[in-house]
Amino acid sequence: MSDSAGITESTDTAASTETAESTEMNMLTAINHTLHREMARDDRVIVLGEDVGANGGVFRATEGLYDEFGATRVVDTPLAEGVILGASVGLAASGLVPVPEIQFLGFVYQAFHQLAGQVARMRYRTRGRFHAGITIRAPFGGGIRTPELHSDALEGQLCNIPGLKVVMPASAADAKGLLATAIRDPDPVLFLEPLRGYRLIKGQVPTGEHLVPFGRAATVTEGDDVVLVAWSYMVEVCRRAAGKLSDLGISARVLDLRTLVPLDTEAITSAVEECGRAVVVQEAPRTGGFASDVVAEINDRALWSLEAPVARVSAYDNPYPVGLLEDDYLPDVDKVVEAARRTVEAS
Amino acid sequence: MTAPAASDRLDDDDLTEMLTEMIGARFFSNRAFNLQRQGRAGTNAPIDGNEGVVVGAARALDPATDWVLPQYREPPGLLRFGEEVLRRYFLYIVGHPAGSHMPEPLRVWPPQISLATQIPHAVGQAWGMHVQQQEGVVLVFFGDGASSEGDFYEAGNLAGVLGVPVIFMCVNNGWAISTPVSRQTAAGSFADKARAFGMPGVRVDGTDVMAVYEATAAARRRAADGEGPTMIEAVTYRLGPHTTADDPTRYVPPDELEAALARDPVVRFREELRSRGLWDDDREERAAAWARDLADRTVAEVEATPVAPTDMFDHVFAEPTPALVEQRESLVEHLARVGRSDV
Repeated sequence: MSDSAGITESTDTAASTETAESTEMNMLTAINHTLHREMARDDRVIVLGEDVGANGGVFRATEGLYDEFGATRVVDTPLAEGVILGASVGLAASGLVPVPEIQFLGFVYQAFHQLAGQVARMRYRTRGRFHAGITIRAPFGGGIRTPELHSDALEGQLCNIPGLKVVMPASAADAKGLLATAIRDPDPVLFLEPLRGYRLIKGQVPTGEHLVPFGRAATVTEGDDVVLVAWSYMVEVCRRAAGKLSDLGISARVLDLRTLVPLDTEAITSAVEECGRAVVVQEAPRTGGFASDVVAEINDRALWSLEAPVARVSAYDNPYPVGLLEDDYLPDVDKVVEAARRTVEAS
Repeated sequence: MTAPAASDRLDDDDLTEMLTEMIGARFFSNRAFNLQRQGRAGTNAPIDGNEGVVVGAARALDPATDWVLPQYREPPGLLRFGEEVLRRYFLYIVGHPAGSHMPEPLRVWPPQISLATQIPHAVGQAWGMHVQQQEGVVLVFFGDGASSEGDFYEAGNLAGVLGVPVIFMCVNNGWAISTPVSRQTAAGSFADKARAFGMPGVRVDGTDVMAVYEATAAARRRAADGEGPTMIEAVTYRLGPHTTADDPTRYVPPDELEAALARDPVVRFREELRSRGLWDDDREERAAAWARDLADRTVAEVEATPVAPTDMFDHVFAEPTPALVEQRESLVEHLARVGRSDV
């Protein structure tokens, strides 16, 4: 493969798709298209959040929903993240299927007590009576010069909340297939959308029914010298890095985890067993990040297959910096290439 | 306050049932306290002083259509919704995982330890019921302390904006552990805060179960008629410690407590019914016997309810993740290795 300029869609191996018909969409269009479909399919689905109605969302992810489904099902809420998630618990208890939007993931701090303390443990503490079948959509991620607290990759913090599924698509087709699965899932799902990929990531998206199961990683690029494990926009970075590595004679496989909770440890294990070397790439700060968990899983399950220590590429342990600094803060193609080379040259 | 409609008026049986519920609430709560002292239960929060608020509010609701979200002090007073509430409460305080499972058809949510977080849930549920044109209203209890939380303001604001059928029952019992109301707010009353939400706020004497009943019945009528939410501040006084872990003699002024004890809601209502000829020693003995018998039976049942270590893995998700399955297996193996037989 080679994609120094173009961005092509990954082949989806685990998805269930009704027809072969597809059309090109970017990630944002795929999300919007899926919300339309799911709201039409199930009239219990209700979208709520800040500016999701007439405005169609600040990124237009909810565009057209208000006109099609009306103000009862597409609800502009007051500007209060805590009650957006807290009310979703009650909406779910009443029999509805809430799809709240947190306008930027960094604002979820103002709802963290509801998210971690309530949404995630409602099924557990009530033994299933008040399960919170809520899909929380939130854009996140850096590299596009947003103001403070708009960019932070918080998945490490979120994966440490028992009872929450964490879904992080990296392609337009997966954005559709995983979002549809999330909305139909009876448990709370955090569906995290990479800001940088909204319009940049494009690909063929099945136009009909298309569901991607949770907990099934996808091999995006074949290779057998080293596996680059990533999720969300970092998959795109790794794909480009794999292209550069190929020019250097290194065959890099790219494994897209797709969902962090549940995690496809089998795919990680077999990729490491086959390649013998691994680099885990995350956009989040290093300490306590999810990449550390991936390394630990490799340690538990595939240590004796390793020919070199597993490398991590991540952002740094400083707070997300302002615009003029963010490009050097984020993992990029060169950092991934360098880590992969070091891993391959280590033995 | 408007007078209650004819259908809201209570007959003599209602009144004696209410007093029985109040006597029971205090008895059950006291039993819970003693169980903690005996090492048979964990920390719990006595209801003493709040009985009139809980029982009065519950009587104004229809257990077949209406929902109640407690904070954590109320359950022993909510038996109007079913004696199962008591069984779940005792399960809860002994630390059994079934304690916060309120089974169908109980329209009562489990106790909520994180203050005020249940208020957004109540607003969401009322919103959902309204959207789906389901019959019924939602009542949420919270305290004077909880009214300082952000969730109270966010939820009150949303309830006002949406006009949903919810009743905010602010139980002002004077204390949030050791913090008096004067350190909780500079507002004239908690009911005043309703104004900012665009909903009516009413203040009632929470030691007068009938006053609470009437205020709740009026709020329920408004909500059921599509006129939106109401906030009620029921003013009472916490007659006991915050919880089994608290020593209120460190901060409650003795004269204040003495004055409050003279307005004990259970004593007041008992005297009221005696003066109406609806209550006597015989009825008192029967109410006490009922409470004692129910508490004995329920505690015996609760203490015999089995629990296995692996129960901790149940209901995390509808289907356990592979990680949870693996972790469950690892605990089972570990317990077998150390010779535990209760797996």
